[in-house]
Amino acid sequence: MIFLRQCSILLIALFMGSSAYGELVIRVTEGNDQPTIIALSPFDLKDIQIDEDIAAIVEADLRRSGLFELIPRQDMLAFPTKPSDVYYRDWRLLGVEYLVVGSMGLLPDGRYELEFSLLSINSQKLQFTHKVRSTAGDIRNLAHSVSDKIYKSITGIRGAFSTRLAYVSVIREGDDFTYRLQVADADGVRESLMLESKQPIMSPNWSPDGKELAYVSFETGRPAIYRQNLASAKREQLTAFKGLNGAPSWSPDGSTIAMVLSKDGNPEIYSLELASGALTRLTRHFAIDTEPAWMPDGKHLLFTSDRGGTPQIYKLKIADRSIERITFKGNYNARASIAPDGRTVAMVHRSSSVFHIAALDLKTRRLIELTETTLDESPSIAPNGAMLMYATKYDDRGILAAVSIDAGVKYNLPAKQGDVREPAWSPFLR
Amino acid sequence: MKTRINLYASLLALTILAGCSSSPVYDSEPDTTEIDNTAVKTVQVESVEVEIVPVVIDVPTVFYFDFDKALLTAESRADLLEHAVVLASNSRSVRLEGHADERGTREYNMALGERRATAVKEFLVMQGVAGDRIEVISFGEERAAAYGSDDEAWRLNRRVELK
Repeated sequence: MIFLRQCSILLIALFMGSSAYGELVIRVTEGNDQPTIIALSPFDLKDIQIDEDIAAIVEADLRRSGLFELIPRQDMLAFPTKPSDVYYRDWRLLGVEYLVVGSMGLLPDGRYELEFSLLSINSQKLQFTHKVRSTAGDIRNLAHSVSDKIYKSITGIRGAFSTRLAYVSVIREGDDFTYRLQVADADGVRESLMLESKQPIMSPNWSPDGKELAYVSFETGRPAIYRQNLASAKREQLTAFKGLNGAPSWSPDGSTIAMVLSKDGNPEIYSLELASGALTRLTRHFAIDTEPAWMPDGKHLLFTSDRGGTPQIYKLKIADRSIERITFKGNYNARASIAPDGRTVAMVHRSSSVFHIAALDLKTRRLIELTETTLDESPSIAPNGAMLMYATKYDDRGILAAVSIDAGVKYNLPAKQGDVREPAWSPFLR
Repeated sequence: MKTRINLYASLLALTILAGCSSSPVYDSEPDTTEIDNTAVKTVQVESVEVEIVPVVIDVPTVFYFDFDKALLTAESRADLLEHAVVLASNSRSVRLEGHADERGTREYNMALGERRATAVKEFLVMQGVAGDRIEVISFGEERAAAYGSDDEAWRLNRRVELK
């Protein structure tokens, strides 16, 4: 390459000062006891102008997972940019277990290409070398993709750094409300507005391909369910029945949305087949039945019902409509979110008088409380099953927070203004 | 062309490196990830405020409930009896807006708000008010009457408003 290598260090120094500019600001409150120690040698940028510090984004991703401790750049003895330049001994002295090196290139079509390698310092081995390409506008996605690769190689679990969050934000001025349906990267940065309304917006739920959201909007003065494409803003009203139109939940194959309707006099679970518009009633009980959530097999739904006297979670087999209660501990269990393995169910759980997020193992029936704050709600499990996002209150304001499924790692994403609520973690986007 | 040559060179280097180590093989995964454009577009909606003519009557129009309950209190029933008498004497339509406090889940609270408003509607219908003159709508916990996370705010929010 004809570019001058000396420029790269200066550029990195400049970009290190750049701060997060998203609406949500992450604070890690609790991490793993024995994190893996990893170092990211600043990438060789040649003299390519990039507005983002890629290594810093990757470092923040890995730190946020709670599983890694990052070596500060000022402690590094050298900044190798390719595996052949690495002196393993230098890194072993720092206690580093893994090292990432890489360099940027410019493709003929103007896109960027980052070639990076992960090295195991203890075994002096190259774990892998990989290339990621993106346009200038998607550099953050490129960085998250790097994080995904590193995370997968070290933990064996697919990374969820390239995913997104949907959530509702509300700003109140006197009696005047502004509701916004927002989408941001999983790290809270690059917040985009999908929908703004003076009337409530509720219950965002992702399509399995991550291209659309279903949600409830009161913009007509009454609740109705809509679907909306993120990239095109194409939008369709799916229901406007008398009474409740709520809790949309997209089936794993994308063909059907389960929802709650009270058009027949009482809240019941229905399924709406999107292609045909066929509506099928799935429950029949005078109690409240709501909050359907699909099991990954697409054949069962979990839902909340107070048919036993208090809200509890039940499992519905769609084929024969048979119903089985699955929660027994606590007097309020609701709003199930199911891990991709179909085994762990996160829910809102009340023990004594406070509402926590709890995880129930469907096999062992063991229920563990994951959060210690009060008024916790709306759990949404990441597509890799490692973390979940939920809504809670902090200083009388609605904020989003995350906790690992084993409760060992926690972080908050407080909004800069207003209340944030109802996080929905996207599926894997590619 | 230069880039292409470099690409081949780096592929060659990769092969050599892979050859001299016994590290995990990543052959099954592509060695390049292409990132797609992911921009999001915005929809602005003109929301409709339902026109509501206030009920002008010297009887309370807000009825309160216990947590996770939709039972009318004796006080509410007494007030609703008076409303029923007035409604029997005119042809006005009413709207019953059901609400819940912030505790518990949002969609369950939507259902609970509706159950409370329906309880009020059923009481009025029993007193002879035609059911088709009464609209029931739930706002769940989305429209608080009082802010704060304490017993008093919660009490004031577990309500049905007759409009």
